[in-house]
Amino acid sequence: MKMVLSGNASAAYGAKLARAEVISAYPITPQTKIVEKIADLIANGEFETEFVKVESEHSAMAAAVSASLVGARTFTATSSQGLLLMHEVLHWASASRTPIVMVNINRAVAPPWSVWADQTDTIAQRDTGWMQFYCESCQEVVDTMLILYKVAEDKDVMMPAMLSEDAFLLSHTSEIVDMPEQAEVDEFLGKFEPEQRLDVENPMSFGSLSMPHQYYYEFRYKMAEAMETAREKILDAEREFEKRFGRSYGGLLDLYRCDDAEIVLIAAGSMSSTIRVAVDEMREKGKKIGLARLRVFRPFPIKELRELAKGAKMIGVLDRSFCFGYEGAFFTEVKSALYDMENRPLVKGYVVGIGGRDVTLDVIHDVINDCMVTKDTKDEPFKWIGLKGGEQ
Amino acid sequence: MSDEHEIEYKGYKDLPLSPIATGKSLVFKTGGWRTMRPVIDLEKCKKCGICWKYCPDLSILIVDEYPKVDLDYCKGCGICANECPFDAIVMVEEST
Amino acid sequence: MKTTLPEQELMEKGHMACLGCGGALAMRYLLKALGKNSMFAIPACCWAVIPGVFPYSCMDVPLQYVAFEATGAAISGMEAALKAKGKKEGVTVVGWAGDGGTLDIGIQALSGAVERGHDVKYVCYDNEAYMNTGIQRSSATPRGAWTTTTPVGKTRFWKQTNKKNIVEIMAAHDIPYTCTASVAYPEDLIKKAEKMKDIEGPCYMHIYAPCPTGWKYPPEKTIELSRLATETCIFPIYEVTYGKYKINKDIREEKKKPVLEYLKTQGRFRKLDEETVQSLQLYVDSEWNKLKRKVECFGEDK
Repeated sequence: MKMVLSGNASAAYGAKLARAEVISAYPITPQTKIVEKIADLIANGEFETEFVKVESEHSAMAAAVSASLVGARTFTATSSQGLLLMHEVLHWASASRTPIVMVNINRAVAPPWSVWADQTDTIAQRDTGWMQFYCESCQEVVDTMLILYKVAEDKDVMMPAMLSEDAFLLSHTSEIVDMPEQAEVDEFLGKFEPEQRLDVENPMSFGSLSMPHQYYYEFRYKMAEAMETAREKILDAEREFEKRFGRSYGGLLDLYRCDDAEIVLIAAGSMSSTIRVAVDEMREKGKKIGLARLRVFRPFPIKELRELAKGAKMIGVLDRSFCFGYEGAFFTEVKSALYDMENRPLVKGYVVGIGGRDVTLDVIHDVINDCMVTKDTKDEPFKWIGLKGGEQ
Repeated sequence: MSDEHEIEYKGYKDLPLSPIATGKSLVFKTGGWRTMRPVIDLEKCKKCGICWKYCPDLSILIVDEYPKVDLDYCKGCGICANECPFDAIVMVEEST
Repeated sequence: MKTTLPEQELMEKGHMACLGCGGALAMRYLLKALGKNSMFAIPACCWAVIPGVFPYSCMDVPLQYVAFEATGAAISGMEAALKAKGKKEGVTVVGWAGDGGTLDIGIQALSGAVERGHDVKYVCYDNEAYMNTGIQRSSATPRGAWTTTTPVGKTRFWKQTNKKNIVEIMAAHDIPYTCTASVAYPEDLIKKAEKMKDIEGPCYMHIYAPCPTGWKYPPEKTIELSRLATETCIFPIYEVTYGKYKINKDIREEKKKPVLEYLKTQGRFRKLDEETVQSLQLYVDSEWNKLKRKVECFGEDK
């Protein structure tokens, strides 16, 4: 059944299709429509779930972790300041091995106050042990939520996952979404029934102190292992999803016209759609440009990147965030993944869109033109595009 | 529920998914902490149950209606001796 | 032997509590009352380490260790999940935290949990400081007490403010049941815990749990000290049931002991001067009278 849904509504419907049993969430612009939609669905008897209207995001995640340990399929959503506030508990969620799925609306962090698109909030969580997906369309949001529950709840993974949508650009933009059939989703996901859980019939203690000599180190290793396992599980889940629902998103790195591309742009989120248009325009002019959309950031697509790098002469990485004291996170990680290669392409970083500054077609063309010019001689490792008071 | 059995893990492969404790604290013989030990005079004891009631370490056992100190776990805090209304419990040096 | 408490134990020996720990006794009594169908959330506090190191635990009920400020949120999540799974019936969800995790860092989540009306029981064992981290002051530390962050020094730097009245804060949330209890009166504690178990809705219990290590007194005095706290009216034993106040251990004026008797027993009050002691006596009297007035206005027969 086709519906016209905003990115936020897509997240709410994704939770409904996945039959999330407990939802604990706190409102924050521009995520508010997610929790409001969920409340509406519950009030109208369309969604049977326990919605805990917690008093902060920290509590939202804490409640989610406990609910998941009791054995409930759990969902939450937040953005920006809220995600930052949850940070402590994000670690708790992953190390407790709770397969929570969270939708985050990528929004700039304060001060200054800003409600607009920026990826700083999720980049700041890259070390928390959560899988990280960046979505480009409302359809992708619904579909990815289902894929995430499938992967997260796999007994060899059991790690939480977050899915990002750009503030307003995706969260508040409506698109046509082909809703998966509930019965088909039920077959795809099954029920969440973890073996080890908080249960009065089988009392256990979750999260005890563990010493340096045994076994804290090993528990962390197990998490690392689970993330590695997730790579294959993501591809498996996407293959099954495609068979059942007829849609696919290209795995961890979504390649667009990269086969013979000399210059490839790497980016995540809604700007990818703009880049596709720019790529097409350049291709019209005979320029071999491609887009490798970073759909999955954790686990990082090392293998896929190296494969891509074999053909490309130059990679331009777009970061919608910045790690002060160094450079953009995507930029650093792309370079590091290619470090061991014999023949590496040139890699340059571009900082764009921070604080919601619009990443227009012109901005992308600026980036592409810069790539073409510096393709042979590297002048500076990265640049901030469109900086007012800057050179260009 | 009582089980003094020690749990040995070899490494990451046989550990549970996360730090989930299934063993019992009975493996820790806290009696080794003691410097003073309670001695109960069963002649004076009136079986009032107060010592059993107030032991934080569950180390007063009820044996044939009378209290008996579980020396494997008793830490020698002295609450039982202090609370006994009949002065039936004295604390003595552990070395004696 | 005469046992005035249920004989079942849901706690094992071999736990890591200090000698004479009031908190250990408090848990022992609570478990006797609540039984095996209880599910606990425990934040950072002494009880995060008392059960022992992985893979051992002294608890015979399911338990999740949670982040310091998260107890109220954790029990909300547990309750919601049990309801979602159709498993809430007959299961008591308990948040068990120290005074720091309840009055300070945990107060927001606690307030949220009870305000939302979850069917959860929150029990605070109050040893009047951040004991697990080495005796730093909390808002539950009584005025005049030495702690490592309120050392006496040359400037009489002891805790300057009175204990935050979390019990009245909870009563002001209009929850079905709020009460205080003490390890000196386990029969009363257990009766109240059983009462909480049978009430559907949020309940709060505040247990007086002396700490020999932090209060600087010999461990065998824990129960004696607890009794004295009530007999001086420093720690009244009372309950508020659907807004109705009742004092469970009434201390008649002629039997009321001076606070000095209590203060003398503990090293943490050793350096107090007469002026402060008098001020504390006046404060305790005023609070006790306030409580008695509440019973007059909002007692069970009103």
